[in-house]
Amino acid sequence: MNMARKEVQLDRRVILDLVKPQSSVLDLGCGTGDLLYLLIKEKQARGQGIEIDDQAIYKCVAKGLNVFHGDIDSGLAEFADKSFDYVILNQSLQQIYHVEKVLNDALRVGKKVIVGFPNFAYYKARRQMFFNGRAPVTGSLPYQWYETPNLHFLSIYDFRSYCCLKEINIESYICIGDKYRIKFLPNLFAQVGIFLISK
Amino acid sequence: MTKEKLNQNNSVGVVKTQSFTFDFLKLESGQKFGPITLAYETYGILNKEKTNAAFIVHALSGDAHAAGVHEGQNNPGWWDDLIGPGKAFDTDKYFVICSNILGGCKGSTGPSSINPKTNKPYALDFPLFSINDIVNAQVHLIDHLGIDKLLTVSGGSMGGQQVLSWLINHPNRIHSAIPIATTAKHSPQQIAFNEVGRQAIMADEHWKSGNYYDGTTPSKGLAVARMIGHITYMSDSSMAEKFGRAKKGSAEPFKFTADFEVEGYLRYRGDNFVKRFDANSYLYITKAMDNFDASEGKPLEKVLSGIKTKVLVISFKSDWLYPAYQSKEIVKACKLAGLETTYCEIDSTYGHDAFLLEVEEETHLIKHFLKKIFYAYEVTGEYGA
Repeated sequence: MNMARKEVQLDRRVILDLVKPQSSVLDLGCGTGDLLYLLIKEKQARGQGIEIDDQAIYKCVAKGLNVFHGDIDSGLAEFADKSFDYVILNQSLQQIYHVEKVLNDALRVGKKVIVGFPNFAYYKARRQMFFNGRAPVTGSLPYQWYETPNLHFLSIYDFRSYCCLKEINIESYICIGDKYRIKFLPNLFAQVGIFLISK
Repeated sequence: MTKEKLNQNNSVGVVKTQSFTFDFLKLESGQKFGPITLAYETYGILNKEKTNAAFIVHALSGDAHAAGVHEGQNNPGWWDDLIGPGKAFDTDKYFVICSNILGGCKGSTGPSSINPKTNKPYALDFPLFSINDIVNAQVHLIDHLGIDKLLTVSGGSMGGQQVLSWLINHPNRIHSAIPIATTAKHSPQQIAFNEVGRQAIMADEHWKSGNYYDGTTPSKGLAVARMIGHITYMSDSSMAEKFGRAKKGSAEPFKFTADFEVEGYLRYRGDNFVKRFDANSYLYITKAMDNFDASEGKPLEKVLSGIKTKVLVISFKSDWLYPAYQSKEIVKACKLAGLETTYCEIDSTYGHDAFLLEVEEETHLIKHFLKKIFYAYEVTGEYGA
């Protein structure tokens, strides 16, 4: 168990710790289903994923997960209000077209929403921009400008002020680097921000 | 793995069609109709607890012969790629059943069967039946086999309609449902194609209002109906790849012979079909497909609510006869009704035929899905409780 805990990627570990046992979870952009699988295994969650890539769907099915093949940008309208305890957008928010619409829908469908995204204001990104004059490539933003699936670039501050502006409650947020939580100047030193929000 | 390899290594071997007769069925129309015989085949072994049975339902022109070969013949069953040891419906683990539908012409009671009251074929005296009637007859068969609850019911196209009927009308008799390339109700376009097929049959001078059994059959009309069907089963790109604009060679031009490969193919398919299919069955079955509305006018999510069955919905990207949006409507209703559902739109260029051809992808999805259902069932005794 302890061995297994260590092997889990830190962002997933943080999200696992945020989710109460036996919750219902909707994972938007669940990829190959690793997080969803952990939530079911460790938290006895009832999980549903939505994923656009068919090869990823096959991997989810091999893990025994319930997944819908579809686009998050249009896939949420059918769910009833507050029909999940948690809606998760881990590393998918920055890749969808209609961020506001999806976030609003997620907040409608889920009692709580967990959002995890790469921090664009991470110091290494800033350094690359400032000194090298290049679009940043970092651990959490690993793509070259011509191949990135990311459509939106935001920082931890950006998301916090967005929530404030839209009157979204931030119940907690955790900022992480490669291996550790970052508490000191997270907008500068964290690579990923994970927010637990509700409305 | 290639199709050939799958076939060679993992066949269920030589199989025999069996039959089961029961007294009568109360049709949805209110009419009591009987006796009814259903032809069926089984593959694999039913376990002691009778919990490992998978029911396969066939499409418009299918029959009970889904896997293996008949004695002295070479043609494997219509879904042999998916049924057998180690395959999607793994006969080492599961007991697989497939029956010819009510109204069919391959061993089950249909318009070409002898009416015991007149000692002549029913022809158009055969009652109109529905997809639900077809399924209600299948329920008699699983009762006869002593199976209380099927592990799954699965099929494509019209088979998928039957799966939905099982799901909505007999949810307590199935643990899971796998509707493939199907719809909760036919669109006007789907009805239109079927109507052209029916008109082709009825326009054949040999049809004689269905009373052709003692003479020439309306084979021209039925062949045309089948040709239309085949066009709708393929995609633009699968046709282009298969035939291109290739010509058949020696034919003289401008005499309306089958110049192009595709013409020859359609004629061949049409001519072959009339040898094995009854025109009246075609009329009755296509009508049952057109009339089918899984939720009977109500919102689909309403009739699904409260159901605990697990669902795997599969569609195909290039299928324009049963387009993915129709599968998505089923998925949407399942979502709203809170059913545990998995949906995959397989990236295929084969058109509607893909449900018979995309072996690898379907195998992956079905195999893992069934494993999950069966494993959970084994562990907890009663899954979904």
